[in-house]
Amino acid sequence: MPFREVMEAKYRDILTKYIKEQSESTLYIGQKFSRKSIENQVTPEEIISLHKMILQEIYPDMPEYVVHSFDILLEIMLGYGFAYREHQSLRDQQKELRSEIEIAANVQQTLLETKIPSVEGLDIGAISVPARLMNGDYYNFVEDENDCISIAIADVIGKGIPAALCMSMIKYAMDSIPANRNEPSMLLENLNRVVEQNVDRSMFITMFYGMYDYARHVFSYASAGHEPGFYYDGKNEEFSEIYAKGLMLGIDKKTKYRQYEKNIHPGDMIILLSDGVTECRTDEGFVEKETLLNYIRKYIHCSAQEIVNNIFKDLEKLQDFQLRDDFTLIIIKRRV
Amino acid sequence: MENQSCVNIQTEWDIVAARQLGRNVAKELGFGIVDQARITTAISELARNIFIYANKGRVCIEKIYDKGHAGLRIVAIDNGPGINDIRLAMEDGYSTSGGLGAGLPGVKRLMDEFDIVSSKGKGTEIVATKWIR
Repeated sequence: MPFREVMEAKYRDILTKYIKEQSESTLYIGQKFSRKSIENQVTPEEIISLHKMILQEIYPDMPEYVVHSFDILLEIMLGYGFAYREHQSLRDQQKELRSEIEIAANVQQTLLETKIPSVEGLDIGAISVPARLMNGDYYNFVEDENDCISIAIADVIGKGIPAALCMSMIKYAMDSIPANRNEPSMLLENLNRVVEQNVDRSMFITMFYGMYDYARHVFSYASAGHEPGFYYDGKNEEFSEIYAKGLMLGIDKKTKYRQYEKNIHPGDMIILLSDGVTECRTDEGFVEKETLLNYIRKYIHCSAQEIVNNIFKDLEKLQDFQLRDDFTLIIIKRRV
Repeated sequence: MENQSCVNIQTEWDIVAARQLGRNVAKELGFGIVDQARITTAISELARNIFIYANKGRVCIEKIYDKGHAGLRIVAIDNGPGINDIRLAMEDGYSTSGGLGAGLPGVKRLMDEFDIVSSKGKGTEIVATKWIR
């Protein structure tokens, strides 16, 4: 039977029982009643009116002042009912919005999907996790006919939906630039022009673009203000920063980018990341570069994909499972 | 019209007069006490809007009958600045948090029917109806 039809009888029952003997068990039944009435969208003012009516029924000689006092209570609780209904409606709207964003996040994932190339002699791992639902980081691998793999990693300053929208544009700009893919500096210069023309002035993008020639094992790269990655020298078991200078994309359309080159030996590693990795924050402050490198050392015997997965898990835990920024980490290992 | 009575809203006391009028008519029509309180609250909100944002205007209460059903209609009219973006004013959380307008979506929820016409610089007319269940 619908709750509204039995509500009156139930409330009368609870009320008379409690007036007879003030037991905790009746109060508990009252609590269950309130849960049911909230579920059925019964408003506070309806309950008060019910209370007044039943009370008058049981005690026809109830003093006038008690009867009148309920008018004040009703008026006051109507205001609460007002606020409560607004809250309900806002909650429904929030739910709707959330599911809309979830769909958008799925669309984004499909748009930005990239496959990690499998090439003999190389072991590549990559992970990218958004802080919220949508990702403002981006990475992309392309394998070409000249025995080269190009690797792009980018970060929009900011996070959430605006950053994610911006990133989807970058992906298509990259796909449509016909420039010679062998030249990371040229690619950044072209992309910079696209970003400068098409993206909101308050939005900046950092990008690292590298080209790994796996026939000669030479890594050439350029950076547009992106968080510097690391190079691991397998022979000496030493890390060093991958230095590359360049202005962020979208600031000045005439920006030129310098290109660098590095020979990669067996056992060496290239580590690329977004600032969500280095800006992992704990109660004690930022995660030190040394801490990050120690994590890499800890898992160095694992496969590249295992290393990035494990580091993400560790850093996530270190931050109490609350990411403050989108997190992207790529490791390219030259097999021994 | 004998079925309609109006209260001019100029001072805060006129809000009380509008409430009283609405409550009396609601009682006469046979609304229960919860609906009486809802109608009064709706009148209160609309009259307050006039008092705060338009300085003056009027609230009229009308008894209406349709196919054997009785209802109460509130008409709130002012010549104030008007509402710039009605869609925004009808959004939950807008008036209560921003301090503009006054709980229009709340008024809409308290009543069965709600209609608003507003033009910038000319004023606002809101018609809200509640039927006896």
